[in-house]
This record gives sequence, structure tokens and C-alpha cells, in this order.
Amino acid sequence: MPDLGLDVLFKGKNMIRLLGGLWVAVKISLISVAISIPLGILLGIIMTSKNPLIKAVTRVYLEFIRIMPQLVLLFIVFFGTTSALGVNISGELASVIVFTAWGTAEMGDLVRGALISIPKHQYESAAALTLTPAQTYLYVIIPQTVRRLIPLSINLITRMIKTTSLILMIGVVEVLKVAQQIIEANRMSSPNAAFGVYLTVLFMYFIICWPISMLAKRLEKKWG
Amino acid sequence: MNWEFIWEYLPLYREAALLTVKIGYAGIAIAVAVGLVCAVALYFKVPVLKRIISVYIEISRNTPLLIQLFFIYYALPKIGIPTSPEACGVAGLAFLGGSYMTEAFRSGLEAVEPIQMESALSLGLEKSQALRHVIMPQAMSVSVPAFVANVIFLLKETSVFSAVSLMDLMFTAKDLIGLYYKTTESLLMLVVFYLIILLPVSILGSVLERRLRHAGFGT
Repeated sequence: MPDLGLDVLFKGKNMIRLLGGLWVAVKISLISVAISIPLGILLGIIMTSKNPLIKAVTRVYLEFIRIMPQLVLLFIVFFGTTSALGVNISGELASVIVFTAWGTAEMGDLVRGALISIPKHQYESAAALTLTPAQTYLYVIIPQTVRRLIPLSINLITRMIKTTSLILMIGVVEVLKVAQQIIEANRMSSPNAAFGVYLTVLFMYFIICWPISMLAKRLEKKWG
Repeated sequence: MNWEFIWEYLPLYREAALLTVKIGYAGIAIAVAVGLVCAVALYFKVPVLKRIISVYIEISRNTPLLIQLFFIYYALPKIGIPTSPEACGVAGLAFLGGSYMTEAFRSGLEAVEPIQMESALSLGLEKSQALRHVIMPQAMSVSVPAFVANVIFLLKETSVFSAVSLMDLMFTAKDLIGLYYKTTESLLMLVVFYLIILLPVSILGSVLERRLRHAGFGT
């Protein structure tokens, strides 16, 4: 049995430190998702508007955010704000801004898709019953879209958690950074630490994302 | 905006973009091969293989590419599997993309009615012939939108390659920002080059999707 460098994990507080690093990434994704969902719902509703200007603006926003790699967006916000506005923002704040903007675009598109899948007669019947547009959404349209949206939004959470691993690249100390520090600190005593530590990090992400994707898959089947 | 700076460093970005495209498409090509094999194996419900593929799909889809790359690049050499940055980029992208491509092809195969296979077999076609001439053409046209979405997704994912010391677009941009503080120019070139790489695929995708919509049988 070759030395897989797993012993490093049980030295001192290494495991706790790794989990702490993971929490940084997960926290940023949860905050971003929490802000993205309401904003995305709003964006989705706005996108069904018939106004050509609104349509064009939201469309450009959506397409730009979706075609750019998230890391490019992180660079734009993290490095760009410093040079353009002269303010220094932390890596954490830049991450939350980018992932919220991205999550809002993704969520907005999901909501728009769900909304346009509702047959037109639902809107017309509601209008015929003299419901106001707000009432139509609240009592007729939203209840019908929610079932389609919940599995997709849960999927968005796993995508968000996976994507937050990128924050390492703008200098946020998260699980990979901690892993690097641990490996570096133990390079003499256990030269193979890289194997055990990176395997553990991979496993940690899997343990978080897998149950969430399973839940999404199950709900999709149940309500699909 | 300093246009001279942009002009001076344009060749650097072009090199970096070429690297991104080369490794990106090499990885995608392998991912497509992996995806086809896995999807067909799942379609025919090959006993043991089916289980292995499902495990692979779950691992690959539920972990970030960045961590997969770190594992391939820094961890695998420790157990005697040496890797170069380029090989690592291709392997990582193929590992991630393989599962996404499998899902795309599988959903296409599942969309073909079982009666198509039964009819082909009753006409005396071998299973492999039926797959090649009857099932695949119909399945592929269903898979196209998911396939194109995956290609774009995977090309975007290549942006993390600088983590395994590949001198790609992100690396170049970060380098120039660090060296000369020409942040606006460096970021502009970064965005433009990614648009050059990604926009054609995106446009081609929507054209293909429109053209293939009527290619299915009986719809």
C-alpha cells in the first residue's frame, strides 16, 4: 500500500480548517442563491413584457452573462471596479456580486420559460374574471409555475456551489487554498499529502452536491 | 483606453486563445467519444458497465472542474501517474464533459420510440445496423440543442486552466493586470477574445437547432 498522504488530515486541526474553507465557498453560494431567486423571478416576469426596449435590454444582459465564463465576470468585477471606480472591494463581495448577477440571469430565464409555457387562456380567463394583473400572477400563474421551477432552482444551487470553487482564483481563502496551505506545511513529513488532501476536497464537494442533485431529480420526476 | 497597449499585446492574447481553443476542442472531442460509448451502453443496459457509468456520471457532474484538475495535476503524480499541464487540461475537460455528453445523447436515444428498434430488428437488421441507420440519426437530431449547450459550457469551463499553469486567456489577462496595471485594456481584450471563441458556436447552435427541428420521424 503506497503512502496516500491521508494521515495529514488527522493532524492538528487540518480537517476543521478544510471544512471551514468549504463553508466560505458554500456560504457565498447560499447568499447568492438567496438573492438570485427573488431577483430572478422579477427578471423573468419583466422578460415576458411586450415592450421592445425592455425585451432588448434584458436579452442583452442575459446573453452576456450566460456566454461569458464566470471567471471572466469575477475578473471584471474584482479587478475592474478597482481601476474604474477607484474602490477596493474584497474577493468575497466581488464573488457575491458576480454569482448573484449570474444566478439572477439563470433564474430569470427559467422563470421566463415556465411563464411562457402557461397557456394564454389562463391569462385571458383571469382577465375575464376581472382579476388585476397582480392578482392574475399571484393566484393563477405563479402557483402553476412553481412546481416546474422548484427542481430547476434546486439544480441551480448545485451549479452555484460548484462554480464558487472559482473564488480561489481571485484570492479568496476557501477550501482549495486551505488545502494548498496544508500540503505546503506538511511537504517534509508527508510528501504525498497532495493526493489525500485533494481527494478529500473532491469528496467534500461530492457529498454536498450529490444529495441536492438527487433531490432535484426526484422532484422533477414526481412533478414533471 | 490605451490602444497602443492593446495593439502591442494582441499577439499574446491570440496565442492564449489558440491554446484555449486547441485544448478545449481536444477535450470536447474525447468527451463526445466517451459520451457516445456511455450513452449506447446505457441504452442497451449492459449489465456491470451500466452501474460503473452511473457512478462516473454522478462523480463527474457533482464536483467542480477546478477540483478535478487539481486532483489530476497535483494528486495523480503522487501515485505514479505523471501529467503535463496540457494533458491535464484535456483529461479534465474530457472527464467532466463525458458525463454531460452522455446525458445529452442518452436523452436523444430515449426519445426514439422502442417500436423503431423493434421494427428494424423484425426487418432483419443486426442490432448494430439498427443503431447506426435507424436509431442514431433520429436520436442525434433530438440531442443537438443539449449537445451545443454542452460545447459552450465546456468551452467556458476552460477558463480555469490557468490553475494548472496553462498560459490561457485568464492567465494572460491576470499577468498583464499585475505587470502594467492596464486593467481596463486587459479585461476588454479578455472579453473580446472569449466572445470570438464562444459567439460563433452559440450562433451556429441556434441555426442548427432551427434546421434540425423537423428532422425527427413522425413529428
